[in-house]
Amino acid sequence: MKPKITVLSIVSTLLKLLLIVIFLFPFYWMIVTGFKTYQETIAFPPSLWPKEIQWINFKKVWESGPYLTYMKNSVVVSVGTLILQTLVMVPASYAFAKFNFKGRGFLFAIVMVAFMIPQQVTFISIFNMMSSLGWLNTLLPQIIPHAANAFGIFLLRQNFMQIPDELLESARLDNASEFQILTKVMLPMGKPTLVSILMLSFISTWNDYFWPFIMASSSKVYPLTMGIAALRDVEGAYDWEIIMAGNVILVVPIIIIYALFHKRIVRAFAYSGIK
Amino acid sequence: MKKKQIACPAGYQTPWEKIRPYVYILPAMFFLGVFVIYPLIDVVIRSFQKWNMITEPTWVGWSNYAYNFRRTEFKDAIVHTLTYALFVVGLGLSLSTLFAVWLSKKTFLNNLTRSVMFMPHVIALLSVAMVWAWIMNKDNGLLNMVLNFFGLPSLKWIDGSETAMMSVIIVALWKAVGYNTMLIYAAIQNVPAELYEAADLDNASSWKKFSKITLPMISPQMFMLLITATTGSFRVFDTIRVMTRGGPGTSTQVLVYYIYKQAFVLQGKVGYAFSAAVILMLMIGVVTIAYFRILSKRVHYQ
Repeated sequence: MKPKITVLSIVSTLLKLLLIVIFLFPFYWMIVTGFKTYQETIAFPPSLWPKEIQWINFKKVWESGPYLTYMKNSVVVSVGTLILQTLVMVPASYAFAKFNFKGRGFLFAIVMVAFMIPQQVTFISIFNMMSSLGWLNTLLPQIIPHAANAFGIFLLRQNFMQIPDELLESARLDNASEFQILTKVMLPMGKPTLVSILMLSFISTWNDYFWPFIMASSSKVYPLTMGIAALRDVEGAYDWEIIMAGNVILVVPIIIIYALFHKRIVRAFAYSGIK
Repeated sequence: MKKKQIACPAGYQTPWEKIRPYVYILPAMFFLGVFVIYPLIDVVIRSFQKWNMITEPTWVGWSNYAYNFRRTEFKDAIVHTLTYALFVVGLGLSLSTLFAVWLSKKTFLNNLTRSVMFMPHVIALLSVAMVWAWIMNKDNGLLNMVLNFFGLPSLKWIDGSETAMMSVIIVALWKAVGYNTMLIYAAIQNVPAELYEAADLDNASSWKKFSKITLPMISPQMFMLLITATTGSFRVFDTIRVMTRGGPGTSTQVLVYYIYKQAFVLQGKVGYAFSAAVILMLMIGVVTIAYFRILSKRVHYQ
């Protein structure tokens, strides 16, 4: 079809630009507010660009709590969860996809049931468990309960099932050990899926607020999200420029990652959402 | 396995080969058992007990449930959760379908719009809630300034008990619409082009093509999206905690917030929290089964 410029196509283009503004502007506003003075945030009409860049806001955020610890905790929890999930998920998916054993259907059904049960139902029991283990002042409650990623096991099993059995058979004929089959045959084939699962897992752990909100009992074990949330937990009037500066610290790394890898990230999400 | 079959009777497995798959799934089953299945059973048992988390619990039958259902606060929490889900799912999926069809051609502007719309999905809900709390601020927020600019009166947004739920819903839509659009768009891309070509030969209208080809062809994905979106909105917590803390009054108190409050804020009411958690689980189960019962016949699998 040849492109025609009609009233409809102009309106359509303008509406798309409006959509872009609606979805981009809040991020812009967050960042710009983070660089303003308090007076400028409440001034009318609002300024679209700070009169003078206020780096001091970030210093104030940094000094409001042990931010280096928060950052370290966020990294340890996100990376720790990722490694643990991989170690648990890969052999389980391999067994469910490529071995026949008694009770396989039933055991896999348990995995799917587990996927349906949200932590918002079970969190009090898990909290009590962590408390009786004496783990509440450590990062373990933020990592260990997430060790088994039921949805990840499901996705990786789907992927492993598509690998032809002949490939495994010929590797066995070549006297490959099971470990070699896993690392030399299965993992290279399943790598894109595994990377997608781990990317989603990292993003959701890094962004998580509910779980640390329940499990992190002191600022010693707070991740970044808890530290940022604390900026707004003070009573009375809020200093929005400080709150926004804090959120910039949390959000900018993810925005940069998204800008660089958005195609891959979108594919990962789109893939995991479609069965 | 073939190699072994040469030396041994067909199907013979060494003891290690027999237990090997169980060893592989053991870690996964252990963690799922300890952190998903056991806690669920624990929640159900404790929902029939009175317990202050220190001394021995006592059995109290259905009284925790009776207590919850006697309270307006609890019934309101269920109504708020359902209202939130209705709008976020209904409006969210309709808008997303509209956007996905509208942006389905692969042009530069369409790709850009989809990517930008998707971005809120990768950002922490905490930050999304905070920046919108600032934009919706009743005194200095941007949104009221825009309203005033067009000669409209200011709204109290999250600070007004009539507008708070609407505000939280708007934020949820802003966060989720891009993600849903992307999934529906991906589903539309998989519809075979021949179907549309055949329809073009019959001079079918755009609406007819959408309702007779696109919608049936993407119905499996829409069905999954409907389930995940509904159960997801039953679990809403972050925005509520950050933006309104269930307020003003209890106007945005949803079920998860109620559970959290009974368990951690109000001391010694943990039995009420457990029974409310069981209700939440039942709601999720019932809605999922209902979707399967009512809709799965209408889902078109290729």
